[in-house]
Amino acid sequence: MDMNAYLSMFIDESNDHLQALNENLLRLESDPEDVSIVQIIFRSAHTLKGMSATMGFEDLAALTHEMENVLDLVRNNKLKMDSFIFDTLFKSLDALENMVQDVIAGGSGKADVTHIVTALKSIVSGDYKNQASAPVAAAAAVEVSGETPQVSDAASEAASLLDEFQTSVLMQSMDSGLSVYHVVVHVSEGCILKAARAYMVFDFLERTGEIVKSHPSVQDIEQEKFDRSFTVFMISSASAEDIHKGIVSVSEIESADVTQMDRETLAQLGRRAEQAAEQPAAPPAAAAVVNAAPVAAVPAKQEPAKEEKARPASNGPVARTIRVDIERLDALMNLFSELLIDRVRLEQLATEIRRSDLTETVEHMARVSGDLQNIVLKLRMVPVESVFNRFPRMVRDIAKSLDKKIDLVITGAETELDRTVIDEIGDPLVHLLRNSCDHGIESIAARVAAGKPEQGTVHLRAFHSGNNVFIEIEDDGNGINREKVKQIAIKNGVVTPEEAKRLTDNEINMLIFAPGFSTADKISDLSGRGVGLDVVKSKIASLGGHVSVTSQEGKGSIFSIQLPLTLSIISAMLIKLGTEKYAIPLSSIVETGIIRKEQIRSVHKSFMMEFRGSVIPVLSLSKVLDCPSFSEAGEAETEIVVIRKGEKLGAILVDEFIGQSDIVLKSLGNYLTNIDAISGATILGDGQVALIIDPNALIK
Amino acid sequence: MGEELKVIVFGLGEEEYGIEVDKVRTIERMLPITRVPKVPSFIKGVINLRGVVLPVIDLRGRFGLEESVSTENSRIIIVAVGDVEIGFIVDSANDVIDIDSDNIETPPEIVGGIRAKYLRGVAKIGENRLLIMLNLAEVLKQKEIDQILEIEG
Repeated sequence: MDMNAYLSMFIDESNDHLQALNENLLRLESDPEDVSIVQIIFRSAHTLKGMSATMGFEDLAALTHEMENVLDLVRNNKLKMDSFIFDTLFKSLDALENMVQDVIAGGSGKADVTHIVTALKSIVSGDYKNQASAPVAAAAAVEVSGETPQVSDAASEAASLLDEFQTSVLMQSMDSGLSVYHVVVHVSEGCILKAARAYMVFDFLERTGEIVKSHPSVQDIEQEKFDRSFTVFMISSASAEDIHKGIVSVSEIESADVTQMDRETLAQLGRRAEQAAEQPAAPPAAAAVVNAAPVAAVPAKQEPAKEEKARPASNGPVARTIRVDIERLDALMNLFSELLIDRVRLEQLATEIRRSDLTETVEHMARVSGDLQNIVLKLRMVPVESVFNRFPRMVRDIAKSLDKKIDLVITGAETELDRTVIDEIGDPLVHLLRNSCDHGIESIAARVAAGKPEQGTVHLRAFHSGNNVFIEIEDDGNGINREKVKQIAIKNGVVTPEEAKRLTDNEINMLIFAPGFSTADKISDLSGRGVGLDVVKSKIASLGGHVSVTSQEGKGSIFSIQLPLTLSIISAMLIKLGTEKYAIPLSSIVETGIIRKEQIRSVHKSFMMEFRGSVIPVLSLSKVLDCPSFSEAGEAETEIVVIRKGEKLGAILVDEFIGQSDIVLKSLGNYLTNIDAISGATILGDGQVALIIDPNALIK
Repeated sequence: MGEELKVIVFGLGEEEYGIEVDKVRTIERMLPITRVPKVPSFIKGVINLRGVVLPVIDLRGRFGLEESVSTENSRIIIVAVGDVEIGFIVDSANDVIDIDSDNIETPPEIVGGIRAKYLRGVAKIGENRLLIMLNLAEVLKQKEIDQILEIEG
């Protein structure tokens, strides 16, 4: 079996489970009495353990096993959650995450987790409180619940396994002189092909006798839906030793317990089975749960009633989805881009040829491909939740380390963004959130002194607006101290004292995004090294968005990030410079127009023009791009495009407008990077490449 | 006997050059090239190769040789090295041959005006035919380009 085929699935699912563990632990922390949450956590941990063991990541499995032990005590009310246990469990999660990351990076998922394991063990044994209350018994109970019961429990276990008919079959075979064996097989821990080993055992048993009953069922065993051991009742003429030897000779079988059953035990079993049938609350119910959730089979047996109650609450209606390799989506997107280029070409041809039926067909095709475009783009959309969901945990940790009380309120997590944006937006958001927690929210004492509630609140919001998605981070902390910002900006040489006097409040706020700026008096672990906010700004700019901040001193600040919905298809204005064609993103165009040469004035060697009551700079695009085939110098009237970067406007001189069009963004590849004033390329309807102008680089 | 190498042979002026065949994606006739502003002059621009935008460079220009006007025989050889895919404009490309890696000799300091570090070696084919093997990784080095940019800028 090729483990690589399962590796990506393992990684995906482990990440899901780790996320679920994180979320539910946080929920539990705010509501420590709710046992149903513990059940959910336990199930996630158990599944994770099973998967890791199957994939051969033993350290992962071992650590989750210890976590399971602790959780088991909690859900059986033998242990009360306290902050030490929470911290240890969170630490274990971090360690697990690191191991999974290691696996993703191609490592073996090995890590030294002895101290965490020791901590977990001390919780199980109760040592961490120096309370020796029933430690051994508890631990033993855990062992039994984790594994299939040992032979000593065989009788009681068997009661739930054999029905009346099977019991009578066994009785009859004893009458005819055959032996009846109860066999418990333990597969060794590192075994990768459990199902295959089990099959070999079954094969052997079937050759030596007849299998009456197996637990879990043969189907479940074939699908590896068992932990590390399984139980079989069989009839055979061979001796117990022979059977034992045969089973153990199969490789990777750790041990086998073969017990010969006599008439008395069987009869007892039969009676118990009857009793069990009359009490549907006990084992049969457990069996039902096992069928419903085979992965969580073993723990589910413990408290069937509670399990049933917890599950609907945690799941709710689930949307039907499939996992698709992201590369396939990219391929689909590329193919669609090709189609789009052909569509534009066809439209051009149709207008040239002017045949009504051709025009009609092309128009229909344009409509269909428009719909297709929407769907293809939607496919790449991912809810921001996938980025947001790690923040509650992060904010909790930050608050704890800073000794602050912070409540993170997330709204609009279902807002969707393009996959490429999602991948990149995580780090900037982490920076901004840390900034809000560290510099925004005050210490508890300061908050109380300012007459605010002890607990600070950070809102994280996402919402759609037009063709953009906005993400806002609002805190009710101290706000930006503009005087201090100004002083530091002057001290660090970001602005001169003269400039600082002329700055508006908004401009001062934006100073915190300047490179090399930091207002924190002392450097903390989290933020305050003066890197961060300027990185945030450039990162968001590279995604085609921008970030702004509004702040009220003493009341708090709002950081607002504006992002484009998608990065792959944009609306653009196509223009001509002599023989060359360029595209300018429509999102940054304010207006287009024609001006006479005399309207352009020379001010201090640079060109300016009047535009709607203000004076804006005028740029020659052909000079910026060194265009050999066009110069506006000879023209009496020139076409202009007024572009915007934030609040600033600028006019660029072009030769001719071609028109507006949806264009597909293409990168220039890894060889040509960081070309001034060019953000990428697109392919036009005639198959030619046109470069896309980066308006942000034109306005300084 | 050393390793057998399959090599694409192309011409630049009077010389014949070789690139291992596994580095070559396709060989195209000349395509319309879109000029890219503010790059070294040997970067001719970008082309549309079946929906993918690729930069093309003039190998003569890259080696500091005099650039020639493209003719009927000119070709664009698309090569891929690491994560860089790029087109080379060459005067002609018309042969695939097998050479023995033992026949590749370390190049003298300068061959046809090209500095030795761009070369992997010189392969002798037959009696009086020499094939200059290119060291593609070195030809495509970004650092080199930045230096050229600095000198020009």
